[in-house]
Amino acid sequence: MSAAALLEVRGISKRFRGLQAVDGVSFAVPRGGIVALIGPNGAGKTTTFNLIAGVFAPDRGSVVLDGADITGLRPDQACRAGIARTFQVVKPFGGLTVLENVMVGAFKASHDRIAARDTALEILARLGLADKAETVAKSLTLPERKRLEAARALATRPKILLLDEVMAGLRPVEIDAMVRTFADLSREMGLAILLTEHVMRAVMALSHHIVVLHHGQKISEGTPEQVSRDPAVLDCYLGAAPAAGGA
Amino acid sequence: MRLPQRAAVALALFVAAMLVLPLFVDSYIVSLLVVVLFAAYFGQAWNIVTGFAGQLSLGHALYVGLGAYTSAALFSHYGLPPWFGMLAGIAVAATAGAIIAALSFRFRVGGVYFALLTIAFAEFTRILFDHFDWVGASSGLFLPVSSRVGLDLLRLRGPPVMFYYLLLALTLGALALSHHLLRRRIGYYWQAIREDEEAAQALGIDVFRYKVAAMALSAAMTSVGGAFLAFYENNLYPDTVFAIGRSIEIITAPIIGGLGTLFGPILGAFVLTTLGEAMTSLSSGFALNGLKQWCYGAALLLIVALQPAGLWPWLRTRLGLAEVRR
Repeated sequence: MSAAALLEVRGISKRFRGLQAVDGVSFAVPRGGIVALIGPNGAGKTTTFNLIAGVFAPDRGSVVLDGADITGLRPDQACRAGIARTFQVVKPFGGLTVLENVMVGAFKASHDRIAARDTALEILARLGLADKAETVAKSLTLPERKRLEAARALATRPKILLLDEVMAGLRPVEIDAMVRTFADLSREMGLAILLTEHVMRAVMALSHHIVVLHHGQKISEGTPEQVSRDPAVLDCYLGAAPAAGGA
Repeated sequence: MRLPQRAAVALALFVAAMLVLPLFVDSYIVSLLVVVLFAAYFGQAWNIVTGFAGQLSLGHALYVGLGAYTSAALFSHYGLPPWFGMLAGIAVAATAGAIIAALSFRFRVGGVYFALLTIAFAEFTRILFDHFDWVGASSGLFLPVSSRVGLDLLRLRGPPVMFYYLLLALTLGALALSHHLLRRRIGYYWQAIREDEEAAQALGIDVFRYKVAAMALSAAMTSVGGAFLAFYENNLYPDTVFAIGRSIEIITAPIIGGLGTLFGPILGAFVLTTLGEAMTSLSSGFALNGLKQWCYGAALLLIVALQPAGLWPWLRTRLGLAEVRR
């Protein structure tokens, strides 16, 4: 997997004052692959995301995208290197229309307004927001805002898309629709996706590979089936290893 | 008619009205219109950095002063025509704006702290100029008084109506430039930064660079207005040119008219000057000190309370131009 990997995270660590938020975490995302980063609250998922997307520089370790070392780049530089991300708490450009929001992302690839507009319209259609193009972003519903986040990120034509809890707060029907959207995007565009998620229904349906974090360390990884049977994972989620005959 | 056409017709009517207006009014009204156009132009320049890019500057008197003093000093010391002095003023003001912005944003000074810093730089420069003998220090810098009949465009010596047309051209130029910038990538990036800096950065925008560019351009535009102000008023004192009151005046018209809109600063300038005049004539019948200021303040409060987004977004809807977002 390492030879074909698009994104390689090698032993990254980050300490905040007394807290070792991320501790020597390594994993890889292959081209076109969908990898989920899961773990209980405070496991270090969002910090890991922020280390990859350039919000913080890791204390140790490195991040390699498509063969290029992107460790410690600023967020805008990481984006230009090919990493796009959404935010756990959505951050729409509230006063701009949906179309303008997505055009801001599309301007990464082109200075031309018409080209940016065409890219944006195409992506809005893919995410089912075409009829909202002229709506001001602050008047969108939460599911629409989540889709807008993803659309804006996709408009930068990334090599990999980082989705930070994009299902949180959605109803089951909306979650299923989102899962379909991202599965289609990944398959049709060959897009690699790294996601953090609490909604297991989405994680199991979407990801090819799962990395489990606990107290900042990687405690397990593998296919959804392997991870869901790993005693270490059950232990951290349920508090204690199930007794031999239990559950 | 399609909406952009309606907007074009409305703009053409406005320009035509402004072009013929001086033919029908007396010299006092012309001088009032010059005040309107100064306010409109300074408001447009400030609107770039605060309305478009979302960085609150409360010290724009600094760039008015740098533009005014640079062109006036080069004229009175070396006889250099103001048009050249204006170019020098642009360079000085853009550099000052870029340095102030770079210092602030490099150290992540934002929001109200950035606003305080802009006030500090303007005040600090005012005090500096109070002791700057080359430009007359606190006793002022004077230009030979303008001829009321002759017309010397090269040296900007002429009657108020000459300044009226020059400032009208300047204001329409600023309107065209603002319109152009909002349709370019830089305009989209500025607005993205204004709405959410973190999200903007995650989309590949070098936030620092675009904020510094907004400040430098806004400062440069402001300094051009400053040069015209120097040659219109003919006397410059640091305490009035760099006054914090001027910085506040500059931001009032675009806020009343509609922050971040294209036509807001122009509309705001008209409304404020008219309001000021109306209050003066209304309150002149009463022997009450401060009545005018009180009414003026109350009227401003009323406008801000009823139309917090400014008068232009409201009027635009009334005129059927609402769908024209830029």
